[in-house]
Amino acid sequence: MTEVNLANVTKDYGSVRAVHGIDLGIGDGEFVVLVGPSGCGKSTTLRMIAGLESISGGEITIGGRLVNDLPPRERNISMVFQNYALYPHMTVRENLGFSLRIAKADAAAIRTAVRDAADILGLNELLDRKPAELSGGQRQRVAMGRAIVRHPDVFLFDEPLSNLDAKLRTQMRVEIKKLHQRVGNTIIYVTHDQVEAMTLADRIVLMRDGHIVQVGTPLDLFNAPVSTFVATFIGSPPMNLIDGTATDDDTIRLANGLVVPVPASARGLLQAEQKVQFGFRADNLMPAGHAVQEDGEMAELDLTVTLTEPLGTETLLFTDVAGTEVQAKMLNPRPVRPGETLKFHLMLDKCHVFDAISSQAIRS
Amino acid sequence: MDRNRTHRNRKRLFRLLHLLAVFLTMSVICIPGLWIVLNSFRPTVEIMAKPPVWTPSFTLEHYRAMFGGAGEGGVPVFDYFRNSLIVSVTSTVIAILIGMSGGYAFARYRFRGKSGYFVGLMLFRAVPGVALSLPLFIVFARVGIIDTHFGLILAYVAMNVPFTIWLTDGFFRQIPKELHEAAEIDGCTRWQAFWKVEFPVARSGVASAAIFAFLTSWNEFALASQLTRSVGSKTMPVGLLDFTAEFTINWGGMCALAVLMIVPALILTFIVQKHLIAGLTFGGVKG
Repeated sequence: MTEVNLANVTKDYGSVRAVHGIDLGIGDGEFVVLVGPSGCGKSTTLRMIAGLESISGGEITIGGRLVNDLPPRERNISMVFQNYALYPHMTVRENLGFSLRIAKADAAAIRTAVRDAADILGLNELLDRKPAELSGGQRQRVAMGRAIVRHPDVFLFDEPLSNLDAKLRTQMRVEIKKLHQRVGNTIIYVTHDQVEAMTLADRIVLMRDGHIVQVGTPLDLFNAPVSTFVATFIGSPPMNLIDGTATDDDTIRLANGLVVPVPASARGLLQAEQKVQFGFRADNLMPAGHAVQEDGEMAELDLTVTLTEPLGTETLLFTDVAGTEVQAKMLNPRPVRPGETLKFHLMLDKCHVFDAISSQAIRS
Repeated sequence: MDRNRTHRNRKRLFRLLHLLAVFLTMSVICIPGLWIVLNSFRPTVEIMAKPPVWTPSFTLEHYRAMFGGAGEGGVPVFDYFRNSLIVSVTSTVIAILIGMSGGYAFARYRFRGKSGYFVGLMLFRAVPGVALSLPLFIVFARVGIIDTHFGLILAYVAMNVPFTIWLTDGFFRQIPKELHEAAEIDGCTRWQAFWKVEFPVARSGVASAAIFAFLTSWNEFALASQLTRSVGSKTMPVGLLDFTAEFTINWGGMCALAVLMIVPALILTFIVQKHLIAGLTFGGVKG
């Protein structure tokens, strides 16, 4: 059983505070992804858990054991680095067995463990090669193999896929998920890519400027973002946000003059004349005749398409609402020309309201 | 057609000029060495002959005389060789150990006044060795380590450490810090991570630093000529002076000893060369 707990963990570099009092509980066998823009403190947090970075304040426990001042080797963790950090002077076999050799395991046990890891990751043909003779994807697999050989309590991944090309990245993503299903260890994974976070995580921890912004399952963050930052960071394309003003009869007047009813989740929470941002995803703004649902509360808009991005099963339509770029989605697409004006349906029950000043979601 | 020919001719001309430049450069580098080797095998009369004798004759008389007794122009070659070897090897080993530690510290750790120390170390290199010979002589004489291996080793270590630090710092800097971090997570102490991972990776760099330090000590003359006096501590470069008398210089003998001096340095360089050429085989991290 290996839970990881962070209690009010801070990190200071001189007078600069990089991580502001993080509280986070990670359950046994859970796959948690720390995600956020660069400089948000996610890597620092991971490195503090690993013991590569000292902890300025607070407590970190792994499996109930306080590890604040333990060196990395006594935390029983494994880490996969962004640049792989394979030992260049050793063969793949030696790389995989290194941790066991250091632990003075006997030769037979090392052989077995290396073979098992190689089987899991399909490295058998590469065992006698040096890292320099491997491709990027193979190096990444060796790095993962080195991590699983020693059966750690916790796996730490620090942007492991950032150096791979797009195709390989999708492939390795699947492998990492399979690995987790197979070994079932606790995994803490750092990335700046929200797609990786969405696809891999049991729970996402979204960070910004050294603070945790929101913690939850991928769908929690997608469906109920707590702020405009979460709304635009999670999901692709980012959520559309249009300025608006609340009226006194439960409607919002949008910047383009359209008046829409306040979504059910925010009804009764707005003051008259409150400045808000009205948010909806491209999936909920569809050209008439192409929408998934044609019932429910709906607003109609006539919008002029400025740009199209055909993706095969769908086409993204870029339009302009009162000076703000808004993306819409067209399922079963037909060719659309820039400049064409279409009638769009906006699914009102899927919309969000954020306070314009605090950027926080207004939701009951 | 015409234009093609012009370009072809121009290309040929450039290649010719290129070869000529290479030839001239290599001549400047190689001819003195060749001159030493050839003259060590020629009779003294031929060396001094004016006009020069173009078809050399071959003799081993200088080598014979050098290894012979004191009366026949012999010098204590074996003693000098032993002194040189002891002083060079010991000072190189010590300088590498200290310099490598220093270079690693500069590459990996942050501390107050780091860049100041670094510039300071480099400034020491700006002081000409000869300028230090008088102060060193007086201090060493007072302390009583003049004319000893120890004194010379001390001087050479001091001379080589800054350069070794500077060189190894560069090599360690090229090694990503993730390597030792990975090793520490794999169960190493900081010390083990250095010796099992970072040192092997930087081995070629350390080897080249060692070659430089060794050759510097092996060939050093200015300090050694002041700090050594007797057969018990004189190194080979100082030994060359034995061939100069008040009014004459035994060029042949001097060349013969010089050849003996060059040979071990050449052999050592060839042995270590493999490491130097092998270079840094990175690839453990994304290149």
